[in-house]
Amino acid sequence: MANMAQAIRMALHFSEENLDVKDIFGQDVGPPLGGVFTATQGLKTAWNAPLDERGIIGMASGIALTGERCVAEIQFCDYIFNTIDLLKMVGNTYWATNGNYNLPMVVMTPVGAGIRGSLYHSHSFDAWASRMPGWKIVMPSNPLDAYGLMLSAVDDPNPVLFLKPKALLRVRGSELIPGEPDNEKTLKEMIDAPIGDRSKWKPKWPKLEDYRVEIGKAKTVIEGTDLTVVSYGRSLPMCVEAANEMSESIEVIDLRSIYPYDWQAIKASVEKTGRVLFVNEDTEVTNFCEHLAYRCTQDLFYNLLARPKVVAGKNLPGIGLHANLEEASVPQKSHIKVAMEEVLSEVP
Amino acid sequence: MAKTIKAALKVIPKAQILKMYELMLKARVLEERLIKIYKTGEAYFWIGSPGEEAFGVPLGMLSKKGQGHKYDWFHMHYRATPTMVALGMPMIDSIRLIMNKKTDVCTGGRNFSNHYCFPQWNVAPVTSPIEVQYTQATGTAWVQKRHKSKGITIVTGGDAGSAEGDFASCLIWASRKGKELPMLVTVQNNGWGISTPFEGQHGEESVADRGKAFGFKTLTINGNDPIESYIKIKESMDYIRKNGKPVLMEAMVSRLRGHSSATGANLIVNEEDCLENFEQLLLKSDLLTEKKAKKLRDDFEKEARQAQEIVRTEEAPSADTIWDNVFVDNENADWRAF
Repeated sequence: MANMAQAIRMALHFSEENLDVKDIFGQDVGPPLGGVFTATQGLKTAWNAPLDERGIIGMASGIALTGERCVAEIQFCDYIFNTIDLLKMVGNTYWATNGNYNLPMVVMTPVGAGIRGSLYHSHSFDAWASRMPGWKIVMPSNPLDAYGLMLSAVDDPNPVLFLKPKALLRVRGSELIPGEPDNEKTLKEMIDAPIGDRSKWKPKWPKLEDYRVEIGKAKTVIEGTDLTVVSYGRSLPMCVEAANEMSESIEVIDLRSIYPYDWQAIKASVEKTGRVLFVNEDTEVTNFCEHLAYRCTQDLFYNLLARPKVVAGKNLPGIGLHANLEEASVPQKSHIKVAMEEVLSEVP
Repeated sequence: MAKTIKAALKVIPKAQILKMYELMLKARVLEERLIKIYKTGEAYFWIGSPGEEAFGVPLGMLSKKGQGHKYDWFHMHYRATPTMVALGMPMIDSIRLIMNKKTDVCTGGRNFSNHYCFPQWNVAPVTSPIEVQYTQATGTAWVQKRHKSKGITIVTGGDAGSAEGDFASCLIWASRKGKELPMLVTVQNNGWGISTPFEGQHGEESVADRGKAFGFKTLTINGNDPIESYIKIKESMDYIRKNGKPVLMEAMVSRLRGHSSATGANLIVNEEDCLENFEQLLLKSDLLTEKKAKKLRDDFEKEARQAQEIVRTEEAPSADTIWDNVFVDNENADWRAF
């Protein structure tokens, strides 16, 4: 099975060939490196940008103004913050011009902790991103969804921010991407750049097929009746593991899209279970999941058997390098299990 | 200002010179009307371009106007009325914008005066941040380069805005070896950033000098002289279209009405008035008569006044449209309806 980095690479290749993507660019995105997480190796339209995040977002928005499609990368979301007003401008362009100009562009950026990245390679951006109206925001938790979400993002007429959970980029999926060879060694030989001299290397792409994950649609990963757990990205597989280790029947929803989000999936589940836990990695004060918890109290108050709970990153200025510091700063499986027990044990 | 019109007539047809005067006058009259609209309480805010007509008008006149990468792209800042008038913008479009009416074709009543947007002429949306257009412009130029188009990308800003990082980004991205971009990068230096004088924020002698380090062809021109502006803009555009390489042009201009309505929008008497000077030159050269000049002004004033009267009767945007055009095809953006 492909890992998420390979899945994104294959989605971008499919997009170059079939969805009219003409530029895939960012720092170290082109040869020889093909991305610091290898997600852009071997792509014919990939090129290296100056080390200038504002230039990257600005150029992407200009390309999009012409109607041509591009995928721009910010190497780590920790470095996207100096582009925030450009992101705001991109998000408001269609609205501010009352529909005169839309910007069909994708910005992708690795997010979150889990690789011992310390202060500037561990940030999350999903809560920040949810405060940028006009953008669609997606974040996959597995390679197949990454492939399907990327194709949907590239084909969307609006700006889409594709958040890559960096700790999951090397994790293999459990489902084949349509067209992917079923032997992972074969896939590696076909599309992974060799170590050393790559100047003559060319990928041999599998015959990939179109596969979409609709933006705005969640996926119920485990069905259950006692508690709803809503998560996305890196914390989703932790929630699945935690749910499987609990004796109660826990429903786990992979939100996949942060905006627009699948309220109907959340609502149906919470109406069934009466209890809900939200999990993500971004800092906990004014966290996006607080909005979801708020909405549960407003729309589903009389269905609730317990207070909605949010488990998120601690509201700290950074994530410390040492494992003890990192693991105490962002949700781990043990934290999620404790929170599950708290919500499950509450007596209305 | 050129001392005589003789030299100008050798390179610019007489009809073009007179057209330039008419458009400058029209742009000035329009801006004066916008200020009146603001001062009589019919608009919340005014910002605009009185004093920049001698540069802005030839910029518009000389461009390759149209839609798509084969034509020039415009990434303007909020002193763009002269260029828009030269492109053919009817006065009423600008008046609908400042009076934030539903009929405003640029923003639908959502944005400030001079925040123009005309897709039919590749005019990118003007935004209030004073730098973002410099990086966005590299994208349209990149596409033009890809298609080997003769269209170029024009980006304008002020001297104060050149202190922002996006200006430096533009110089870098437009000048990479072998990847030079067909861009006319301009700085209209009016000597002020709201209340901060040029000397208070710049150590460089001229903003244009900054382009030299990046291999730009650079020049500083008298942007109060329409003849010089016309000639230098034309030379620069020809160079860019032929060579596909960028030019950084600094135009020294006046700011006749201050920064915006926030600073009063009153006439600054000690600034050079490019329109008045050009008019005098044309009168002295017998290319224009007092009678003709008066008639032109009267006609433009009448057009502006009548446009205001029409716009006054037009509908305001309704409150229920706030969710319109967040996403393409009015896809729902209100989370309450997810």
